[in-house]
Amino acid sequence: MPENEDASGQQNRRRMGAVMRLRPDRFSLIEFVIFAAVTFAVLCLCVCIGSVSIPLTDTLSVIWDGVRYHLGRLGMAVIYAVSGSGAEAVGGAGTVPGGVSTTVESTGAAISGGTGVLASWLAAKPEGLQASIILSVRLPRVLCVAMTGAALALAGGAMQGLLKNPLADGSTLGVSSGAALGAVIAIAFGVRFPGLPFAGTMVMAILFAFLSLILILTLAYRLDYSLATNTIILIGVIFSMFVSSLMNIIVTFAADRIQHITFWTMGSLQGASYQNALVLLGALVICGSVLLRHAQELNAFAIGEDNARHIGVDVRRVKLVILVTVSGLIGVCVSIGGSIGFVGLVTPHIVRMLVGPNHRRLLPASLFGGAVFLMLADLAARTLLNPIELPIGVVTSLVGAVVFVVIFYRSRRHS
Amino acid sequence: MLRVNDLTVRYGDLTIVDHLSFTVEEGQWLMIVGPNGAGKSTTLNAITQGTAYTGQVLFEGEDMKKRKAAERARSVGVLMQNHFAEYAFSVEEVVGLGRYAYSGSRRIADRDTASERKVAAVHLPRPAFLAGHSDEDEQAVERALTLTGMISQRKQSILTLSGGELQRTFLAQVFAQGPKLLLLDEPTNHLDLVYQKQVFELIEKWLQTPGRAVISVVHDLSLAKACATKVLLMNHGRKVACGPAAEVLIPEHLDPVYQMDVCGWMRQMLGQWNG
Repeated sequence: MPENEDASGQQNRRRMGAVMRLRPDRFSLIEFVIFAAVTFAVLCLCVCIGSVSIPLTDTLSVIWDGVRYHLGRLGMAVIYAVSGSGAEAVGGAGTVPGGVSTTVESTGAAISGGTGVLASWLAAKPEGLQASIILSVRLPRVLCVAMTGAALALAGGAMQGLLKNPLADGSTLGVSSGAALGAVIAIAFGVRFPGLPFAGTMVMAILFAFLSLILILTLAYRLDYSLATNTIILIGVIFSMFVSSLMNIIVTFAADRIQHITFWTMGSLQGASYQNALVLLGALVICGSVLLRHAQELNAFAIGEDNARHIGVDVRRVKLVILVTVSGLIGVCVSIGGSIGFVGLVTPHIVRMLVGPNHRRLLPASLFGGAVFLMLADLAARTLLNPIELPIGVVTSLVGAVVFVVIFYRSRRHS
Repeated sequence: MLRVNDLTVRYGDLTIVDHLSFTVEEGQWLMIVGPNGAGKSTTLNAITQGTAYTGQVLFEGEDMKKRKAAERARSVGVLMQNHFAEYAFSVEEVVGLGRYAYSGSRRIADRDTASERKVAAVHLPRPAFLAGHSDEDEQAVERALTLTGMISQRKQSILTLSGGELQRTFLAQVFAQGPKLLLLDEPTNHLDLVYQKQVFELIEKWLQTPGRAVISVVHDLSLAKACATKVLLMNHGRKVACGPAAEVLIPEHLDPVYQMDVCGWMRQMLGQWNG
């Protein structure tokens, strides 16, 4: 019996263990580099193409100059700040004779050296029509689109694992509509925090995303403990209808404040800014790292919640963490781009077919996949009916509804 | 090893388990028998903290309520009766999850000995999502796969397995988890005879290592008579009798619980084979 082997047997096994590695359940660095490269290539493509097509090389050079310009300015600002504080420090220490003079000299040399390097590297601010199209219209938009896609796909992937249901997603569960309701309420009733322009909308969106998630799951658990696919979908649909009627009531009363109701229902990232991109990046970094840290727990949930408890997962804590994180991601995305449906459904589904259900691979791959998918959807929305622009949600819903039907039929045949 | 004191589980007005007390010692195989709705599975659920209860569940003298989830999993493992696979995880991924309770930097503090703690501290801290399986984990998975005969199918998707293979996969998971006490909830309920025999032989073999014990819920009384070292007969959430099979599985206890002549019927059934 293998368990009763002696020390030599153990050594043997140790050697064997070194040879017989378990299948690598995460991507290697090279794979990550490839993913990033593909995502970047799609990003460049999406920036090039549009109502005015700009050659790829021009696009790249404009972006590069812009990056250099801003990095240079940032670098200069840092150097001035450092040298300012350095001079202060030197001034304070000036009374002490001896070794200080050398530090003063070396600091001065470092500053002049640094500015010299920067100056040679600094580019002029890119100007002209092309540059302004790229830098102030398309690039921020495409960046926001990419990060929204990544965030929604990540949230969808995590939810599908947590609920062990391949149809779970912000849009099918009604979480996105809930978040949109929050945002609309914030605008209609003027909820805002002093000093932070869009924090009110965002906080309300996140809050409502979380509340609707809790509400939907509580209702679903009451109805059917095993959270069968049909139950969840039914409750999601009913909840979405309920929310959209509430939204229409609010819009009727506050029509002057909310002009574009379609913005919240169909979603659009038209006119997204760098500020939005920064917020999305922050949300993605924080929530994304939380979700990636819980990949193994999500695997356990994807096999079964009872099983997760039996192998030692702190089920309640992990569930709460995941739900809060997912609400955060969806809330931020909705407050910036409205509710863009089905991204979180389609991307993890396709990615799962390619890399398997292990969340250590699924989540990072969904991140890149979601970015690419939504960028392409946005490109289609911008160019298909040029010069008319479709809301991006229309495109994703068109694709998503078809994929939804496919998954639904497949899972029904299963059981 | 395990002591259950005055365990009571209520769902609203319904009392599922009613002031139940019993003990399990090392090397014992306790089988819980009784009609449907007697509270057998709920008792197991209470032991793993899957349901709210009053009373006490002590493992090696320590209250299970106070233990952390991972710590609990390292002492008590569970094999359920059905598994509904949704995603195409591979066999070894499922079995590897059995090592969850041993993973990650969070667990340095509750390593068992000082030397183990030192070893763990050298390799850590590494965030859990970067840390792979340790050699120890890989050996445990390897052993469990070999023991259950699933080693040749380790790369196979669990969606393509038969019921018996799926059950053996989860048995391998719980073996890899390395618990001292194994809880089985009708583990062979819908397996055919060959697999039933296999699973019970595997568990019997597992139990031979000192310091281990098994509690299982079964419906098959003849199985209880054959394998159990101790039998707990339950009805309406209460203990009817507890002790060696020969003392518990007698007409005086069984007939009122099942409201029929159990032994007579069993004899009649077996008689068909002899004839």
